[in-house]
Amino acid sequence: MADHGINKARRRFLVGATAVVGAVGVVGAAVPFVAAWKPSARARAAGAPVRADISKLRPGQRMTVEWRGRPVWIIRRTPEMIARTQALSPGVLADPDSRQPQQPAYADGELRSLKPEIGVLVGLCTHFGCSPLYRPEPDAAESSSDGWPGGFYCPCHGSRFDLAGRVYVNMPAPTNLEVPPYRFLDDVIIEIGEDGEFS
Amino acid sequence: MATPRRGEGQSWLNARFPASRLWREHLANYYVPKNLNVWYVFGSLALLVLVNQIVTGIWLTMSYNPTADGAFASIEYIMRDVEWGWLIRHLHTTGASALFIVMYLHMFRGLLYGSYKAPRELVWILGMTLYLILMAEAFMGYLLPWGQMSYWGAQVITSLFSAIPWVGPDIAQWVRGDYLVSGVTLNRFFALHVIALPLVILVLVVLHIVALHEVGSNNPEGVEIRQHKDDTGKPLDGIPFHPYYTVKDLLGVAIFLFVFCGVVFYFPDGGGLFIEQPNFEPADPLSTPDHIAPVWYFTPFYAILRAANFSLLGLDARFLGVILMAGAIAMLFVLPWLDRSPVRSMRYKGWMSKVMLRLFAISFVGLGVLGVLPSTPGRTYMAQGLTVIYFAYFLLMPFYTRWEAARPVPKRVDR
Repeated sequence: MADHGINKARRRFLVGATAVVGAVGVVGAAVPFVAAWKPSARARAAGAPVRADISKLRPGQRMTVEWRGRPVWIIRRTPEMIARTQALSPGVLADPDSRQPQQPAYADGELRSLKPEIGVLVGLCTHFGCSPLYRPEPDAAESSSDGWPGGFYCPCHGSRFDLAGRVYVNMPAPTNLEVPPYRFLDDVIIEIGEDGEFS
Repeated sequence: MATPRRGEGQSWLNARFPASRLWREHLANYYVPKNLNVWYVFGSLALLVLVNQIVTGIWLTMSYNPTADGAFASIEYIMRDVEWGWLIRHLHTTGASALFIVMYLHMFRGLLYGSYKAPRELVWILGMTLYLILMAEAFMGYLLPWGQMSYWGAQVITSLFSAIPWVGPDIAQWVRGDYLVSGVTLNRFFALHVIALPLVILVLVVLHIVALHEVGSNNPEGVEIRQHKDDTGKPLDGIPFHPYYTVKDLLGVAIFLFVFCGVVFYFPDGGGLFIEQPNFEPADPLSTPDHIAPVWYFTPFYAILRAANFSLLGLDARFLGVILMAGAIAMLFVLPWLDRSPVRSMRYKGWMSKVMLRLFAISFVGLGVLGVLPSTPGRTYMAQGLTVIYFAYFLLMPFYTRWEAARPVPKRVDR
């Protein structure tokens, strides 16, 4: 009885069209709610570049500055530390030539830095973001393997990195430590988060 | 007989709201197998602990300050200055662990007696969804005290998203709302922990119980009591939930509360398992604790995550670990379709099922222990072995449940 005089095709079209328009509306309405989870303007402003004065950093020492809430290490490598790092056999490192995009283009290669003696690294393990410990001297207590040339050791899951932040093979961490963008404003001032190549 | 006055009130109410019908359908005339054993108290205990979490949680919210600057101090304020604040907080922290203990026992009961098998697949899946949401709820709650373990645990877990190829880092940043875990993350986890997820949990609890009452409880024999009814339609092997099982569950509640209160009063940090020691220090983004371990109820999955220290099929170790961990939980969801046995209960399954369930329980507990401990090469090998057993229980189930000879199941509960 009810089918009499009902245009089913039109009804189907209207139901379908209403559903599509409704779905578009739901997606549109979801945009502000999803976007509200992105870093706010304040969080982005807090991520601005920071400057560090390395005049008091003695050879072999490490200093930590905070950039975007993350620890950034600056180490002044001694000639012996540089020699030990360069003497590492490429076979023991996962990415000895820094092919993974974990650093700006000007910081690739063995030492991953603008100046050989100054290393700048984000101090978070690339496994799950713990902060590795600085063990610069050979045969430090954390190391059981032979030929530990000094570097960084992550206490959480045991990943090891050399003094240029390069990860050893067969470690939980998949890639080398990140090198942030940085530049030297003069001999003793480093600006982290800004390298003059892009803003 | 009710007094006329009360009867009038009842009929007034029942004409407008199905109060008596709900009472009958879900309690007084809801028939439950008469042979349920002690394994069947954990469902109602989970409900009890959930109520404890909601009530103590509301009270904690009254004194808690969800900001990076104030959170840690407000917890100390609750512990020292708020009247009975220490009790309310320890009821909440102990309740979180207690909820997972009773939930794991409740789930093991399901594995033991085949409570996930047809027609109870949806009961199981709703329960598993509840478990998943409760893990998210517990994880977000653990950030709120803003101690060192809160902070670094959240840092590690939110980093799981960044292991996803290409879009991962952006998703992790979106979840945190900052370049790393910060006060922004704390605020949103607070909102999710106290409003969003509890609402979802309550809805899921209702759905879980509605679905259960539609198909009826399973029992240790795996017999379907609704297939044998008397002339009035009552299952011959069933007894009404109320008063029989309400009284039985009350005994379970009494025993549970003895143990629970013992922990709350005398071991509120559960020996470092319920509240980890580094969490008595305020969060410091620039200093990682020497050893990060999640709370004990996540550690089986955490051990699986850490067990992946090799690349496979072009996936790096980190992403592989995340996939294995997600897979370990996904296995539980598809369990009803992995079990091809003609019988439900372990009592009538063959020896292979019995061996596999025991191995599975050992692997789950073993992974849980390994997940608490710092990793060493030897422990990683053990975790890898136990992970293989964990997955074998599920992935081989379609085969061993079909190959083994099941014993005949009696028609009725009385053999």
